[in-house]
Amino acid sequence: MTSVTYHDVRLMEPAKTRNYLNVDYGFFSWLLTKDHKRIAILYMISISVMFILGGFFAMMMRLELLTPQGDLLTSDTYNRFFTLHGIIMIFFFLIPSIPAVLGNFLLPLMLGAKDLAFPRINLLSWYLYIIGAFVGLVVIITGGVDTGWTFYTPFSTQYSNTHVFGTTLGAFIVGFSSILTGLNFLVTVHRMRAPGLTWFRLPLFVWAIYATSIVQLLATPVLAITLVMLMFERVAHVGIFDPALGGDPLLYQHMFWFYSHPAVYIMILPGMGVASEVVAAFTRKKIFGYKFVAFSSLAIAFLGFLVWAHHMFVAGISVYSAMIFSFLSMFVAVPSAIKVFNWTATLYKGSVSWQTPMLYILGFIGLFTIGGVTGIFLASLGIDVHVTDTYFVVAHFHYIMVGGAVMAYFAGLHYWWPKITGRMYPEWWARLAALLVFIGFNLTFFPQFILGYVGMPRRYHAYAPEFQVLNVMSTAGASVLAVGYLLPLIYLLWSLRFGPKAGPNPWGAVGLEWATTSPPPKDNFHETPAVTWDAYDYPAFLTAMGETQHV
Amino acid sequence: MSDAPLHGDEHEHHPFLQHHFEDMGQQHEASTLGMWMFLATEILFFGGLFLAYAVYRTTYEQAWVAGAQLQNLKLGTINTAVLISSSLTMALAVHYAQLGRRLATFYCLVGTLLLGSGFLIIKGIEYHAHFVEGLLPGPYFTWHGPMAPKVELFMTFYFSMTGLHALHMIIGAGLLVWFMWRTWRGHFGPEYFSPVEIMGLYWHFVDIVWIFLFPLLYLIGRHA
Repeated sequence: MTSVTYHDVRLMEPAKTRNYLNVDYGFFSWLLTKDHKRIAILYMISISVMFILGGFFAMMMRLELLTPQGDLLTSDTYNRFFTLHGIIMIFFFLIPSIPAVLGNFLLPLMLGAKDLAFPRINLLSWYLYIIGAFVGLVVIITGGVDTGWTFYTPFSTQYSNTHVFGTTLGAFIVGFSSILTGLNFLVTVHRMRAPGLTWFRLPLFVWAIYATSIVQLLATPVLAITLVMLMFERVAHVGIFDPALGGDPLLYQHMFWFYSHPAVYIMILPGMGVASEVVAAFTRKKIFGYKFVAFSSLAIAFLGFLVWAHHMFVAGISVYSAMIFSFLSMFVAVPSAIKVFNWTATLYKGSVSWQTPMLYILGFIGLFTIGGVTGIFLASLGIDVHVTDTYFVVAHFHYIMVGGAVMAYFAGLHYWWPKITGRMYPEWWARLAALLVFIGFNLTFFPQFILGYVGMPRRYHAYAPEFQVLNVMSTAGASVLAVGYLLPLIYLLWSLRFGPKAGPNPWGAVGLEWATTSPPPKDNFHETPAVTWDAYDYPAFLTAMGETQHV
Repeated sequence: MSDAPLHGDEHEHHPFLQHHFEDMGQQHEASTLGMWMFLATEILFFGGLFLAYAVYRTTYEQAWVAGAQLQNLKLGTINTAVLISSSLTMALAVHYAQLGRRLATFYCLVGTLLLGSGFLIIKGIEYHAHFVEGLLPGPYFTWHGPMAPKVELFMTFYFSMTGLHALHMIIGAGLLVWFMWRTWRGHFGPEYFSPVEIMGLYWHFVDIVWIFLFPLLYLIGRHA
């Protein structure tokens, strides 16, 4: 019975070739679009520009660190570069990356809806992003900012003579973009599901995006008001966070991390959603422990709000609160490990195929695990005190952010590229790029664990000569990584014109997004689909398709 | 979150049904839920200020009491009454919009706008008095009472919190004008009243924020 339904969905291909890309042309058909798919493309282009910019600053830092002397960049320039690298990569690339690009494109498709609940607010989100990014670019052009992406007071409010106000204003504006995207997604998941699409039939990507959106909705406003207070203090010289005037700089750190720790989960949770989709599709299996994976997303979102002070173990909080936050931080490992174990169990006895998205996701699982385990090290008070503000921390969060989130973004980009563009990317080149990214990444960041453990502090442009060998390795790795990131830029653009036509479902994947044409029509589906099957029902799907299942 | 028509519709759909919704019910549910979620964001937005207020209220209790004594209790109380009355007219506007009583809705919205503006005017009078007394934090702070630096910190929170609240009132007033126009044009009725209801949610939220601000900024330490 189920099999018939799959056939029905597969045969629902419309006769028309009109799709969201060719339905109308012209500048304003894009800039004033309310189509979630076009807005996703607008985001994709914008965040790619920011990624390249943030990557440039990273590359300059790695080049500076090739030699122990501070010879390429002055310390002031270096301070600006690591600050801008962090701000751009976090606020303008990672936070919008998977939600605003892939989530925007896929959420209505996966739900069988015509669009997000609030299409105009969706466009407004993009404009807020662009305004925030513009403010950020003005800051960069007029001299940058040197506080670190954390804007710690009182340096940021009293002492720094760089553009703190402009930068925080940019982050403030882009924060509202993030809030509105999260709000839109939450309402869409609640109210726009196709008939029969119950909560436990939702793809796990939707669960992950849902959990992410909760964090965006509830954490981001706290950052916003914190930055307002910071700007107020800087401009009017009042003493909210200034100890000289009775303020408390620790309060700033508490409030900043109340957002910025959950923000880590804004960046990684969507990646976990991509991993679930890709693992199921390329093992031809039902995901192992669907409900555990679904609820672990919510658990991570919830626990993420309870651990912020582990960024402040050496900042002067009491030993007792440090112990409690250390204990709570360890708890995050439980739902994270549930996910990793479930993906691994899905792989077991699956018919695994090694296309590019799967390569990225296998990398993701391994690197995220390393990042997560070193996170446990850092949650332990004793080790954290030893390695605070060293390259160990830098390596740890890059394993989560780059090895996890960026890898997952690239996996998703390749996996859904045929759906987004209607074209296949060149598989050989893509595999090569995935391999380069994996090698380059590990070569860049693994040495930094060792560097940090033996005592190299972060945020300095010069270092002791005995650290040079590992730094040279790291810089060499960064170069490989850069090639690995530039290759997709070239071949994905190439594929827009020369890639083979993809067809509606090149991966033979289940999920409503594969039941419509590639690229999808403007309204996604010609008829609202009715869902009678569970997510990832590959066994039934394969039977229906007449494929033999390799067990 | 407004609901103007996107396309001319070929079926007998309601003119304000957006094309990506199945029916008016779904549209109403979605926009109402959206506003509730927006209010959740707003609670955390204001919440940051309330948290910081609470921290310093505990640290500098005496200064906080002294700061509250500097407020004009009479004007604050009048303003509280004015704002609560505006919530009543707002609630009535939603009620009449649901019944499709166009003029009654319109006049209730006008009443809400007048009361809201009255609140802002009284707030402006208070701000002016503070400025004259040198209580505006920052370079213009010239007040020289006891615990002046900590009182300045109190006034920083006073201006941040009431200022953010007033900003929300101004945005609300702008929305009221827009909805007055839409009501006049006869857009709302039993089939379609979501925008008025959502406006009401927002207005009541802003009202409730004041209900917390008034005791925290005017009343603390006034007992016995």
